[in-house]
Amino acid sequence: AAAGLCPGRALLARRRGALRALRCSVRGLAAGRETHFGFQTVTEAERREKIYQVFENVAKKYDVMNDSMTLGIHRVWKDILVHKMNPSPGTLLLDVAGGTGDIAFRFINYVRSVRERQLQQKLRHHQNLSWQEISESYQEDKFNLLGDSQVVVCDINKEMLKVGKQKAQHLGYSEGLSWVLGNAEELPFDDDKFDVYTIAFGIRNVTRIDLALEEAYRVLKPGGRFLCLEFSHVSNPLLSRLYDLYSFQVIPVLGEVIAGDWKSYQYLVESIRRFPPQEELKAMIEDAGFLKVDYQNLNLGIVAIHSGFKL
Amino acid sequence: GRARLSHAEPRARDGRSEEEEEEEEEEGQYQLYPGHIPTSPLQKALLAAGSAAMALCDPYRHDMVAVLGETTGCLALPNLRDKMKHHPEGYRILQERPRIRLSTLDMGRLRALPDGSLGREYVRFLEDNKVSPDTRMPPKFVDDEELAYVIQRYREVHDLMHTLLGMPTNMLGEVVVKWFEAVQTGLPMCVLGAAFGPIHLSARKLQVLATELVPWAIRSGRNASCILNVYYEQRWEQPVESLREEIGIFPPP
Repeated sequence: AAAGLCPGRALLARRRGALRALRCSVRGLAAGRETHFGFQTVTEAERREKIYQVFENVAKKYDVMNDSMTLGIHRVWKDILVHKMNPSPGTLLLDVAGGTGDIAFRFINYVRSVRERQLQQKLRHHQNLSWQEISESYQEDKFNLLGDSQVVVCDINKEMLKVGKQKAQHLGYSEGLSWVLGNAEELPFDDDKFDVYTIAFGIRNVTRIDLALEEAYRVLKPGGRFLCLEFSHVSNPLLSRLYDLYSFQVIPVLGEVIAGDWKSYQYLVESIRRFPPQEELKAMIEDAGFLKVDYQNLNLGIVAIHSGFKL
Repeated sequence: GRARLSHAEPRARDGRSEEEEEEEEEEGQYQLYPGHIPTSPLQKALLAAGSAAMALCDPYRHDMVAVLGETTGCLALPNLRDKMKHHPEGYRILQERPRIRLSTLDMGRLRALPDGSLGREYVRFLEDNKVSPDTRMPPKFVDDEELAYVIQRYREVHDLMHTLLGMPTNMLGEVVVKWFEAVQTGLPMCVLGAAFGPIHLSARKLQVLATELVPWAIRSGRNASCILNVYYEQRWEQPVESLREEIGIFPPP
């Protein structure tokens, strides 16, 4: 009987191997694979195209809409993300799907203020220097207000990057900031380059989240940190019902009235419902190789920050 | 086909069926025509309020005026449709569903018509004011396919109203046409536009508006038969004056 079973098991193992090989070749046929766009079923290629169009349409009103939909609370969420990151001067940050620059600007502000405190500390310890020596130390640091920190903003959408660059100019951010057009699933960067990788409200729009997580792992230096800020799932039943009501009844209306675009905001609320919940995303991040993966719920799960390390 | 926003298939695939069943709220309706977005009563109310506020703040948001018309027309539109049904010419329009678009109009032919004819004056109006019939918003929030056509027809006939009333497309002219349309159609959007449009006008214009133009517009609106019951596309050669008399619009001051 055992002998009879063995060939069957060997056959199964071979088939599994064949399936794995097939899966890899299917990646090449990715266009035909089915996935979701909000509550619709589409192919992967269609989804990428539709999402590109959504962000092309909303780019100019993106910030206004964020403020309207979240009543400005999104600013607090982003502040919390950067505080959790706690970057020190000299950090190299990659902000993926960073379009209009919200995380990048906060990073620069944070690092600048840390740097200022550093310089003040340094001065306090040099109370016995001559005036000349003190003024010389000012000269050195004048050109290093960011302490060599840098942020690269990477986004797949030209319109979003355009809006981000305009904002940067308008707000006076220039030093330590770069803008790169790129795809989270296939980053145009070398291995082991960045200290921190962030993706804020972007991973939901990636078609192959597993690929994006693998890329994140690849481009981070050993010891680097992965941080993801994204809408997540509310388990509290009362809040969940209120949240659903607000999402489905109010947000598309806001989209129509403010941006003249109902459909993009309908997509937004649907895509939030389709996104994996906290634990599932944590598992996916662990699958990509990250360690010490954890998440923090904000506002009872409306938003969650997931964190992992490449160790 | 059905364009429902909740699907049966993806639920099974995700295994998160409870969540998606819970949010089966407003999309219990079909998409009735291309561009139709089914909406719940709450959404319509929010849209009406939001579009009214936005149209007041930014008068260049024509799409907001359109949305306001669609979300508040639930009584006036069926009324208009019935008026059309009970009139031979209106009935034909509902059957044949003509559209006024640059692609369907023979601009060359209309331009060649004698001065004073509807076709010639309409083309002159379009050229003088640099407008095109193709910029009219298609309906999105009307939950009846025939009523969607009625409001579409109303929008496309709007420029002809300008021609028949002899009003330009500046703020003053638009307000006058809105008064006329408010009396004619009873659409709340027209009433609101007529009442609040003058906010952006100067005192001098307001005086002209109040003393001459509005009374004339109201009188004409009351006297005239339903403007949606005229098959304009078959009357390009008719002189404007004669058409005015036939409909019952008094000569403009």
